[in-house]
Amino acid sequence: MGDLIQIVVAKYNYWIYITLMMIGLYAMIVKNNLVKKIVGMNIFQTAIILYYVSTGAKKGATIPILEHGHDGHGAGAHMVHAVDYINPLPHVLMLTAIVVSVATLGVALALAIRIYNRYNTLEEDEILAQIREK
Amino acid sequence: MTIIGLIIVLSTGALLIYATVDFPVWADPASPASLHLSPHFIERTMEETSVPNIVTAVLADYRGYDTMYETTVIFSAGVACFILLRVLLREEPGERLYRHVLTGVTVRVKKGAKLPPSADFERIDALWAPHDLIVKTICRFLIPFIQLFALYVIAHGHHSPGGGFQGGVILGASVILLAISHDLRTAVQRMREKVDALLCATGVFIYAGTGALCLLLGLNFLDYSALASVLRVDPLTARSHGILSV
Repeated sequence: MGDLIQIVVAKYNYWIYITLMMIGLYAMIVKNNLVKKIVGMNIFQTAIILYYVSTGAKKGATIPILEHGHDGHGAGAHMVHAVDYINPLPHVLMLTAIVVSVATLGVALALAIRIYNRYNTLEEDEILAQIREK
Repeated sequence: MTIIGLIIVLSTGALLIYATVDFPVWADPASPASLHLSPHFIERTMEETSVPNIVTAVLADYRGYDTMYETTVIFSAGVACFILLRVLLREEPGERLYRHVLTGVTVRVKKGAKLPPSADFERIDALWAPHDLIVKTICRFLIPFIQLFALYVIAHGHHSPGGGFQGGVILGASVILLAISHDLRTAVQRMREKVDALLCATGVFIYAGTGALCLLLGLNFLDYSALASVLRVDPLTARSHGILSV
């Protein structure tokens, strides 16, 4: 039992993000309204972004902006230790992921507007029924 | 459908949680993600590019090629939205409705007749929202400051969190605020569709143009040290200025 508590305390951040991911996946599969599906997709993407950023954390380290400013150009005035700063690579990659998620969200919502103009409803089952009638 | 979805979600969640047993402990400085390449970035950024913000340096300099295609992705998403939402031929409706702002009297104008344009009458159609003094006044005060802050975030991306993407988002949010608080017609008048499209294309062009300039000056694509001869500074500051321009 103590072992389980230790595992939970050490890794609870992964479990939280997995829960968020599953909420987004549930919304995408089960909900009928198109806008709710799109919001579920956005929740899923946000959960993945948060998960990756959390893998770059380090205990007791600060944000990845070098503290001493721009004292000496190229002289290496102060020695910078990698332990003091959190890993910047997940942040960089996730900036790209955020931009991609915003782009997909924009195009998905524009498509939803056009579907609404055409079929006059946003419920998936009504749209499928109208298509089958044709 | 609900039950199938629930089963899928729960089983996937259980599998993923089972997989986390092998993951490194949270906030461990010796986790594999922080061991191989990132110490190089953290320790060598200052002496190689003279930009304190490591994230900006990696994004715009070490991985600048990736960011260039990122800009292209946003541009194509913008073009797709543009094409989807465009109204090609808006024919004149049979009669137009104008509303006097102060008294609320509605005037119906037949097709072809003209009402002299003045601030007392506003046009009512599908793009109109009711006149609300508090919201309009507050947004009119706030929007210039939001845009100023956006420009600051873009320009100061070297030393503080921020940079191009973040400042651009804030700038876009200010235009959307104008569209929400006033009606859509005002926002389109302030920022016409053609100006919009031109700005998008200019952004991608500046990025690729900087890369091509470096290519012309003799070094690899997007290797900013080549700008040193154009700007007459030492190569390190040239890299910093290259990051600013993209």
